[in-house]
Amino acid sequence: MSIDIDKIRNDFPILSQKVRGKDLVYFDNGATSQKPQRVIDAMSDYYQSYNSNVHRGVHYLSQIATDAMETARDNIRKFINAESIEEIIFTKGTTEAINLVANSFSKVFITEGDEVIVSEMEHHANIVPWQMMCKERSAILKVAKINNNGSLDIDYLKSLITDKTKLIAITYISNVMGVINPVAEIIEYAHSKGVKVLIDGAQAVPHTIIDVQALDADFFCFSAHKMYGPTGIGILYGKKELLEQMPPYQFGGEMIDQVSFEETTFNELPFKFEAGTPMIAEIIGLSVAIDYIQETGINEIADYEHELLEYANSQIKNIKGLKIIGTSENKASVISFVVDGIHHYDIGSLLDQFGVAVRTGNHCAQPLMTSMGISGTIRASFAFYNTKEEIDIFVEALNKTLNMLR
Amino acid sequence: MTIQEEKDALIEEFEMFDDWMDKYNYIIEMGKEIDPLNDDLKIKKYLISGCQSQLWLVANYVEGKINFQVDSDAIITKGIAQMLLRVVNKRTPQEIVDDDFSFIDEIGLKEHLSPTRSNGLTSMIKQIKLYALVFKAKSGL
Repeated sequence: MSIDIDKIRNDFPILSQKVRGKDLVYFDNGATSQKPQRVIDAMSDYYQSYNSNVHRGVHYLSQIATDAMETARDNIRKFINAESIEEIIFTKGTTEAINLVANSFSKVFITEGDEVIVSEMEHHANIVPWQMMCKERSAILKVAKINNNGSLDIDYLKSLITDKTKLIAITYISNVMGVINPVAEIIEYAHSKGVKVLIDGAQAVPHTIIDVQALDADFFCFSAHKMYGPTGIGILYGKKELLEQMPPYQFGGEMIDQVSFEETTFNELPFKFEAGTPMIAEIIGLSVAIDYIQETGINEIADYEHELLEYANSQIKNIKGLKIIGTSENKASVISFVVDGIHHYDIGSLLDQFGVAVRTGNHCAQPLMTSMGISGTIRASFAFYNTKEEIDIFVEALNKTLNMLR
Repeated sequence: MTIQEEKDALIEEFEMFDDWMDKYNYIIEMGKEIDPLNDDLKIKKYLISGCQSQLWLVANYVEGKINFQVDSDAIITKGIAQMLLRVVNKRTPQEIVDDDFSFIDEIGLKEHLSPTRSNGLTSMIKQIKLYALVFKAKSGL
């Protein structure tokens, strides 16, 4: 089976529009992906046909909404091959999922002098929550380094682990460079030292089959909006034995069992971590996005995106002064680059005039920029609805842009 | 030229361009024309940090008028900053306090001044106004 690109492009209504009078070329998928009509329809159908608050209602609509939401939870469980729905926590995104763990895991497992390890290539969302938690608990944040080609220095990471290390929080795929980290190897080694591992899977989920049991990840976080689903909904997967020991993150309705002014007991997993009315429409939208990905075939998606990556690499590598940031062999469909003497803002602004949407700047990864000695990059990130023709338009626009700026 | 005449002149210059490429080439040229700031002025005190590009704005009050100098690491930011300076440079604090910068919309560069663009230009306008207010207060006008 291969990708039927015409059919797929038709499924995404936004792609057919003109931007500044030109056909939109959307290469900012690493920031957020577009949504297929089915996802949009599912969310609008929820509001039109069975909008109702979940879990508490005894009435008909509430039952349907609750069923839809809990069916979605099970669909998400299957998608990442979690053992139980109790391990699937709805959050508003990867950022909130990481914050939840930083808050609740730490209250039980981190004390003064303990260590948490992150890497140089992390998104701010997988640095700052740990940094703040470490300050609060007088713990130590250690940083794993990267090699010149953007890959993680695994030996160095291993050397950082001591008997004080409690957790490694690391990204599966770098949002800046697309570099894929050997997370299975990291988890195996960490576990042999009694260290837990949190995987930031935000960039990985749209490109890779995720099996949290095979990986043996302790925590795995991702966002729907980067995988053709809606914004405002993400998932925290956590091993049940850990989640059970962790205190709630937020307090309110849904997450309680019994409440009196003297004492409150909490609901069971997963509801213990889901205070307040959940993002029902978004959860349903995410579930439909998963169906869409699975029907298209994640291996087919990965193969096709790899083809796009190779093609783009071959088309831009000879551009004068252009340097690709992150040249490791093992990469997802992301190209980050800089051009000698030309600022990324200028390139991004002019590409935009050509109808080409890329991301420029530090990509919420200032420490990575610092370690590479750059202030920012231009990032083109491809999805399976992109085409080689679009890459040609991008390369032509890039050449014209550079001519204007030189 | 009055501040209004300078703005009208800029709008007129931009009306000559049929397509965006000419317009941007003109901005890039303006950016290239600026003398770079000396490194001793490219300091935190004068830095207006955007998340995309950085911009330095220096102001001196001489004989009742404000002299601005500007620089940026991005040429388009620098070019647009230069345009703004053509309007506000060597004006009295009162002229600047009374002015708005809506002419940028008429030139069709509004997007570069959006707060979300993070190139420092929006903050630069605020900073220009702030300098004007401070110099106005200091001179007791």
